[in-house]
Order: sequence, then C-alpha cells, then structure tokens
Amino acid sequence: MQFTPYAKGLLVALSLSVMAGCSSSGGAQDGDMDSANSGANTAGMNSGANTSGNQMGDASMPNVRTIYFAFNKDTIRPEFESVLMGHAQYLKANTSANAVLEGHADERGTREYNLGLGERRAKSVARFLTVQGVSPSQIEIVSYGEERPAVQGHGESSYAKNRRVVFDY
Amino acid sequence: MRRLTTWMMAAALLVVTSMARADLTIEITKGNDSATPIAIVPFENLTGGSLPQDLARIVSDDLARSGQFEPIKRDNLVALPGTTQDVFVNDWKRLGASYIVVGQVKSASNGGYSIQYELMDVLGNKRMLGEVITGSNGELRARGHYISDEVFEEITGIRGAFSTKIAYITANGVGDNIRFALYVADSDGHNSQEILASDEPIMSPAWSPDGKKLAYVSFESERPAIYVQELGSGRRAKLTGFRGINGAPAWSPDGRKLAMALSKDGQPEIYVMDIASRQFKRLTNNPAIDTEPDWLPDGSGMVFTSDRAGSPQIYRLDLSGGTERLTFTGNYNSRGRLTSDGETLFMINRSGNGYQVAKQDLKTGRVTSLTETQWDESPSIAPNGTMVIYATQQGTRGVLGEVSADGRAQFSLPSPQGDVREPAWSPYLN
Repeated sequence: MQFTPYAKGLLVALSLSVMAGCSSSGGAQDGDMDSANSGANTAGMNSGANTSGNQMGDASMPNVRTIYFAFNKDTIRPEFESVLMGHAQYLKANTSANAVLEGHADERGTREYNLGLGERRAKSVARFLTVQGVSPSQIEIVSYGEERPAVQGHGESSYAKNRRVVFDY
Repeated sequence: MRRLTTWMMAAALLVVTSMARADLTIEITKGNDSATPIAIVPFENLTGGSLPQDLARIVSDDLARSGQFEPIKRDNLVALPGTTQDVFVNDWKRLGASYIVVGQVKSASNGGYSIQYELMDVLGNKRMLGEVITGSNGELRARGHYISDEVFEEITGIRGAFSTKIAYITANGVGDNIRFALYVADSDGHNSQEILASDEPIMSPAWSPDGKKLAYVSFESERPAIYVQELGSGRRAKLTGFRGINGAPAWSPDGRKLAMALSKDGQPEIYVMDIASRQFKRLTNNPAIDTEPDWLPDGSGMVFTSDRAGSPQIYRLDLSGGTERLTFTGNYNSRGRLTSDGETLFMINRSGNGYQVAKQDLKTGRVTSLTETQWDESPSIAPNGTMVIYATQQGTRGVLGEVSADGRAQFSLPSPQGDVREPAWSPYLN
C-alpha cells in the first residue's frame, strides 16, 4: 500500500476540524510518525501537493478515510455520505490533490471475481465524488479484492470491516 | 525466444532465487474405500552406503495421493524382496495386495545411482513392468516420481502426473506488513522454490502450456500488472499495466495468446492478447463483471465468470461469436476450469454451507460437490484429470487441498507457516 507515513502524520496533526458524523470506524488513521512503513514505499502519492493544499486552508483533509459496504453491495450507506462530502470538499478545494480509492472485498467467493467487486465499490465512491463536482482526473481506482483484509477471521464482524473503500492521498 | 530483447531482467529485490522454502506436507483427510491395495517394498540398498532418499516411500506417498491406491503399511509387509524373482505371491495374496512394487539401488560408475524397479500383478502372478534407470543424488526424488508415473499408468491405463509441479502463493503477516511470495514446488509439495516475493499482493499464477513460464498478477508497482516469467532464467516481461484491473491471465492451448480480465474500458471484460504482437482483442462487452477465463482445449473459445444475470455464473464464449450460460445450479458458480477433454467443468459452487469445489458434467448438466470444506477457492486440475488441487481454510489459515476427481479421496497440504493459496497445477513436463 502506498503510504507516506510522515507526511500523513503531519496532515492528520494539522487537521483541526473533525468531520461531524464520523462513525467510530476510523479507517486509515495513519498518524504513525515512526518510519516503520517507509521502506515499503518509494513513490509517495503527491504529498507535496497535499501539504500545500492543506496549508491553503480551503478545506482540511478528512481524517476518516475508510467507508464500509454491505455484503455484495456497492451502494453508499447513508451514514457515510457526510464522510464522502468532506472528501469531495477537500478535493475540490485542492485541485492538485489526488486520491487513490482502494476497493476491497471480504474473503468469500473467488479472488479475481472479488477484484471486480472491490472495483465496483471504489467506482461507486468515485461517482459520488464526481457528482459533487470533483474532477475525475483527481481520482484513481485500485481494487485489491480480498488480497488485503483489514482484519483476519471468518464471520460477519470480520467481513463487515473488510468490505471497504479506503482513501489514499 | 524471438522477442528476447523485450524481456527484462527482473528487479533483483523482487525476484529471489534463494533457497527460501515453503515445502508442503500432505495429510490424508478422507480415504477412498475402494482404493486398490498395493505393496511397495523398501528398495534393496546394494550401494554399501546410506541412500539420501527413500524411493519406495516417495512411490508409496504418490500412489496414496492419487486416491486410487492404498499402499500397505510398511510394518505389515511380510517380506522385503528386492526383485520379483524373490516374491512369493501367496504371501502377498494373503496380505490382500493386488500388486507389488520391488526395487534395488546400486552405485553407478558416474557416482550416481542405478535403480531397478519392477511391478508385479499378485493376483495374476505376472510381472508387468521392469526397468533400470539412473539418477544422481539430486535426481532421486524425480526418479521416484517417474517410477510412480510408470506404475500408475501400467495399472490404470492413465498417464501418471506425479512428475509435475505446482505453483502457489504464500502470504505471511497481517495488515500492511504482509509478505507475499510465489512458489513452485514438486506436485507432492517438496523442493519448493521461491520465484517472486513482494510486499504487495501476487495473484493468479498460470502455467504456459510448455511448462516453462508462469504468468501472474503482481501489485509490486502498487497497481496490478500482468507479468510473464521464464522459470529457467528468471527473466520476465510486464505484459500489461493498464488503469484498473489487470487480472486472471490464462494461456491459450498453443501458448501464443493470453486471455485476461481488464477494466481499462470500464468494468472487467475478457480480452485476448497476442503475446508476440502485443495486440489486444476485446471479447466481452457487458456492464457486469466478466473475469476468470479458461480456454477450451481446442482453443476455439473459453469459459469465464460473469455476474450479468445478477450473481456470478459460468459462461462459454466462442471466438467466432456467441455466448452460452453453462451453470444453473445455485446462485454462485465461478472460476471454472475445464478438463482436457472439455467434458467436465470444475468450479467453485456456493451451497448452504459455504463455497465448495464442484464439478459439472457438461453433457448432462449434473453438478456434484466434491468437498465438505467451507471456503474453497482456485481449483486447478492435474494434467491427467484425476485430481484437483484447490485452496481452502483450516481454522483461519489458508491451506491447499487435493481431491480426487470422483471426490472419494481428499488431502490437505498445509504450509509450515502463513497462508497458502491459489495453487496452479503444471502441465506434463516430460
């Protein structure tokens, strides 16, 4: 996964406002300041652009970066609309910022088909953002299918955490 | 290769030819009541030294794993003849053996070994097979598999597939700290060798028909891409790296084309790439997910998974045009794999108890579930059609399973650590 932990930590630290209505599920809170992950990654995703965007203060980067989906569904659940609105505002205010939408599926079913399901979810999020006026050029979709579960284990409580789309700036 | 210049040396950090091992061990989970009893006598050692491999054990394990034979336990053998001349058939009849395999190992002049093996029909009191072969130290396991192949074919009339290989993916770790690796091992799980390792997912290994190359999906550039790697040299080429899904590579029977799923034009669709010219042809055009292609044995088309009818089902398309739905039993059938005669489709079928390996007779439409496990994936058929290897779960660990094509015998191949998944059985290699 593409992380620039230091830059992200900085951004999270700089974010003053917390989106109203954010549920507990937190998602990719990459506030980790140590460099444990940095070896995994050479090409960071435009952290310079993000930083300058943030400094402009038009809209802060939402710190909830993960939204969840129902089984075999790609529809946006109402409780996540405010999260997506926050990302839409951020991307519109920071047109040089880019988001990779990582689509994921739970482990059930076959792997290549689940790549398709993960992509469908990420596309659903992308559609939501572009309807809000985000430029499609700021969005890229990468589906991981069931290859990178957020949590291990069988059962709906695990599955529900794995059916997700993660924003990676 | 003609296009050798387009092949790149793989990045040193990614392609490892080290001796990293992930050997698998086979456990019998369900025996076949009607398996043929066979006595496999420890080969007589005439070398004067100790042997690095127990050839009779290799043959015994192979034949047991076919599901069609039940080797008699070594402790119960009534004698240890080294040649069929020393076999007293009445002893072996009383023991219930239908066949007996005996052998002798001698030192060869070149420092290797000379191995004589013989197969005898106990009930018919007839020597069926006998041969002397040679092999070096490092070749002894392969010679054991060769003997298994010969014995299996002589008795069943079906070509043995013990001298083949399997490719599989391992995953170790959790969260962002997973290490993925692609391995190739002997079909019994021994001699595993790491082909590729990455911090990003590796998926969908597929053997070229000549058994010399693997196509696979790697996310190593943080986006999925399809690569083809020569196993002998380690050289590889990146064939696709489009936006979106680059998945499910499948070689055409002549090895010249690769079918795949690409979402570059929207949702996942089936494309065929001509490997030499790098030309693509789109085969499906549908708002659904179309993926997991597998070629018809004659190359005239393929089967693939599509959820165009609402849930995943398997379809057949002809390259000349026309698509036909094949599966109707249950609301989830995916990742079809055809036998070499094109008559049977192995697939993943969802039942009330999860996802199992099933087979469908394409003439009658009859569907038979072959496993009792809950989270099966990735069935891959042995080149002789007698066995299917697949991925499943034991607890929360990914393991490989094998099931005979008739479902009577089942085996598990756990890895010493981590998850194992996505097995791909090689074609015949000799």
